[in-house]
Amino acid sequence: MKKARVLDVKDLSVHFRVDTGSMFRHDYHTIRAVDRVSLRVHSGETLGIVGESGCGKSTLARAILGLIRPTGGKVLWLGEDLTRLDAESLRKKRRELQLIFQDPSGSLDPRMTAGQIIAEPLRIFHPSMARVQIRERVQGMMKLVGLLTDQINRYPHEFSGGQCQRIGIARALVLNPRLVVCDEPVSALDVSIQAQIVNLLRDLQKKLQLSLIFIAHDLSIVRHVSDRVLVMYMGRVMEVADRNSIYHRPAHPYTQALIESVPIPDPVRERARQQRMLTSEMPSPINPPSGCVFRTRCPYAIDACAVSEPKLEKDEHGNRVACIRAGEWRQEAEKAAADAEDGPAAETDPQEPGGS
Amino acid sequence: MISWHLKNRASLAALVVLVGMVVMVIFGPMISQWDHEIPDWDHYSIPPSLETDHWFGTDALGRDLYVRTMVGGRISLLVGLVATLVSLVIGVTYGAVAGYFGGRLDNLMMRAVDVIYALPFMFLVILLMVVFGRNIFLIFVAIGAINWLDMARIVRGQTMSLKNKEFMEAARACGATERQVIIRHVVPNLLGVVVVYVTLTIPQVILVESFLSFLGLGVQEPLTSWGALVNEGAQELETAPWSLLFPASFLAITLFAFNFLGDGLRDALDPKDR
Amino acid sequence: MALLEVRGLNVSFDTPEGVVHAVNGIDFDLEPGQTLGIVGESGSGKTQTALAIMGLLAENGQAAGSVNFRGQELLGMSAQELSRVRGSKISMIFQDPVSSLNPYMSVGDQLVEVLTHHRNLKRREARERAVEMLRLVRINDPQQRMRQYPHELSGGMCQRIMIAMGLLCQPDLLIADEPTTALDVTVQSQINSLMAELGEKSSTAILLITHDLGVVAGLCDKVLVMYAGEIMESADVHRLFADPRHPYTEGLLRSVPRLDQDQMMNLNTIPGNPPNLLEIPEGCTFSSRCKYAWERCAEKPALELVDDDEEAGRRYKRCHLEELPE
Ligand SMILES: Nc1ncnc2c1ncn2[C@@H]1O[C@H](COP(=O)(O)OP(=O)(O)O)[C@@H](O)[C@H]1O
Ligand code: SF4
Ligand code: SF4
Ligand SMILES: [Mg+2]
Repeated sequence: MKKARVLDVKDLSVHFRVDTGSMFRHDYHTIRAVDRVSLRVHSGETLGIVGESGCGKSTLARAILGLIRPTGGKVLWLGEDLTRLDAESLRKKRRELQLIFQDPSGSLDPRMTAGQIIAEPLRIFHPSMARVQIRERVQGMMKLVGLLTDQINRYPHEFSGGQCQRIGIARALVLNPRLVVCDEPVSALDVSIQAQIVNLLRDLQKKLQLSLIFIAHDLSIVRHVSDRVLVMYMGRVMEVADRNSIYHRPAHPYTQALIESVPIPDPVRERARQQRMLTSEMPSPINPPSGCVFRTRCPYAIDACAVSEPKLEKDEHGNRVACIRAGEWRQEAEKAAADAEDGPAAETDPQEPGGS
Repeated sequence: MISWHLKNRASLAALVVLVGMVVMVIFGPMISQWDHEIPDWDHYSIPPSLETDHWFGTDALGRDLYVRTMVGGRISLLVGLVATLVSLVIGVTYGAVAGYFGGRLDNLMMRAVDVIYALPFMFLVILLMVVFGRNIFLIFVAIGAINWLDMARIVRGQTMSLKNKEFMEAARACGATERQVIIRHVVPNLLGVVVVYVTLTIPQVILVESFLSFLGLGVQEPLTSWGALVNEGAQELETAPWSLLFPASFLAITLFAFNFLGDGLRDALDPKDR
Repeated sequence: MALLEVRGLNVSFDTPEGVVHAVNGIDFDLEPGQTLGIVGESGSGKTQTALAIMGLLAENGQAAGSVNFRGQELLGMSAQELSRVRGSKISMIFQDPVSSLNPYMSVGDQLVEVLTHHRNLKRREARERAVEMLRLVRINDPQQRMRQYPHELSGGMCQRIMIAMGLLCQPDLLIADEPTTALDVTVQSQINSLMAELGEKSSTAILLITHDLGVVAGLCDKVLVMYAGEIMESADVHRLFADPRHPYTEGLLRSVPRLDQDQMMNLNTIPGNPPNLLEIPEGCTFSSRCKYAWERCAEKPALELVDDDEEAGRRYKRCHLEELPE
């Protein structure tokens, strides 16, 4: 059942140089928006990427597609390293690798009709294609993504958010790509519409044999669509695991925190839920903590966590995790939970991190 | 591609007025027996009358005011169009380059604009006139060359905000080349503001020319412009009010028409209003 | 008598295309200390309901009906009187925290201004109160934060400051319009637990507008489900989630992806899109998307009392079906 690997990203890094100085003095810093990220996507598979905003998900997506030049690392697409291609060859690869955006209406040119938007990739890559043929293909795409073909001459502002996202999906799929990166495709939509778009993406994936990278900040939606999930924090990979392990056996404290922060649509369970949420905020990317970047918010941090950056290592279930206490923090958590039930004495957790 | 479907009736009327105005100043003088230079020795400073064929009257030198108003209109509109064209070409190129490439280049280019902006504009034009003499082409170029500053700023701002729009990145992600991105997405989205701004610049330039004429630095006699005519008329306001009334009305109507047209175009070019 | 009594509230907007009926005759009560949730898809009229209560409708908007706040009728009140009620007795927090703060004023100055303006406090006193309030919303190092400007702070921090600002004058009613929608899940849960605490500890009533049912489950006592400007169902939170009576509520509940779901299957959806409010359909407004629609649905259903429980109070629904089919 082992499927062919289509994308193999190795140690990909994107660093930005920013100037935080004043008008009179420069003060340059390096932000490691993406730092040595490795990941694989197999044919027909969905890899989910989850993390808080600003953790580098979008930057990673764009670096994989070559829309941002990475600082280091490789992006092997069907064995070919995209980071070594010149601009023109890279541009040709866009036929195979496509992107769906977060902001449904912002990613559509307000001066173009739905038909013109969906036709754009065809006009770019098949400039000699006949008008009727383009029109037919566009109408076919519109049907495929659940739009009415008589809406072909409407402008984006005449569509709702969910419909705009359908136009964006049609545009991404019109060239028959093999990999589609969805950067928070449903975050801006209502739950009911979210469900429509998620189902649509999954149906299309099956129908068209697509590989997907699905990015979101909400673990429940990521888990819902993905075969495997990658958890990102401050540009680094914290954990990669299959969809069941990530929920039932989170190996990284940050994954645990993400699970705990998802609200449950059930008043009884939601109110009984143990909320050991992340109290402090993400540290500034200009000045990340030494050692484990999650240490300032990790309830299980020990002195050793500040010493060196934990490597991403395989655990006994074949999942990868970057935490030096991967094997033991869980017992501590369970013990704390048991204590909390015994009495209010253990209410203040001595490991609770202070604000940064 | 622009749908000239002007919702606004006022702006459609304005367009008709402006076209009429252009036709009139071009062909108007031909239907009169008088010339704008040669005085009618029999009629100095007479009020409008049909018998003499001086429909707008004559000025103190006996020149026919109808013909002079038309000829002056040619100059005023020409100054407006040419100077605006000059500022359009310089301003759009400059602003688009600064906005599109951004960073250090943008910084440098916009500082330069700030510096030029700080120079006393009128003083400069006057200086040029004094040095090179009163040359009509110099007026066009001088006004245009200074008016592009606003255009550059507006185009730069618009380009910058366009550049950060997700649909630009979407086009690139679809495989569009830089050229295709500019032609398909940047230009059409700039067009709206530019067209609207042009309709605001033309009357502004016409006013500047009038002001220069007022200072006696405008077009040279016997050629004239609306500004020059208004200036002359104002001096004879008490004795010959018609010599102010006609050129001033033409000037005012044109300025209003351009403003209404600008408003209408703004709506017509916004896809949300179609 | 309830703190807030809304009766037959209608909001309509004059637009070049015609009259948009955003809110169509809604009624509800809010008791002191209670948290009432309004849920529904975007465009269902949640925000306009809140803005009508606050008297902050856009210029082309018109509110009709009655909004009675502590015995005072708010609709038709003069702008001056309204603004007095606003800052001091009712406050509102918005979806986008960063842009709801004034970018040119430090956080401290904005907080202090609220108190000096509405409570006539001295600046020193006001500063102390503001710092205290920032501590209450769990902001570390409040003295330092007071000196900062909105753009220097994260979205979560700005939203906490907005909540602090909303609570400064100890209002009787806090209206929160999608307070966590623009924020990350982790920050969402921080803000939500803050709101939950507030709901428990203070006597401030909260009107919480959201499309996130998880948030409603955690925070609200009572829930209104809105669709196309009408109330479809209203009930206490426990009965609504355990036993939804309206097809729309059921659809909303089922379309939420559950983290604890092990099978990968398609989510239930509500097909189609909300109706165009320029031409609200005849009969049941939900009928074009309702999977149970039948002949009777061409006739408009009334909002009917379904159940009157001693403890949990009354619940209403607007649907011709007696029971939802299994
Ligand atoms: N052009 C840039 N210059 C400087 N910093 C940037 C730039 N683009 C992104 N970043 C920074 O990179 C980090 C990751 O951003 P992003 O990829 O947008 O995260 P996410 O997708 O998770 O929201 C953020 O700290 C952001 O500020
Ligand atoms: S390495 Fe230490 S700080 Fe980092 S996640 Fe593991 S226990 Fe927490
Ligand atoms: S009245 Fe009919 S259409 Fe409306 S919700 Fe009930 S069953 Fe559905
Ligand atoms: Mg992002």
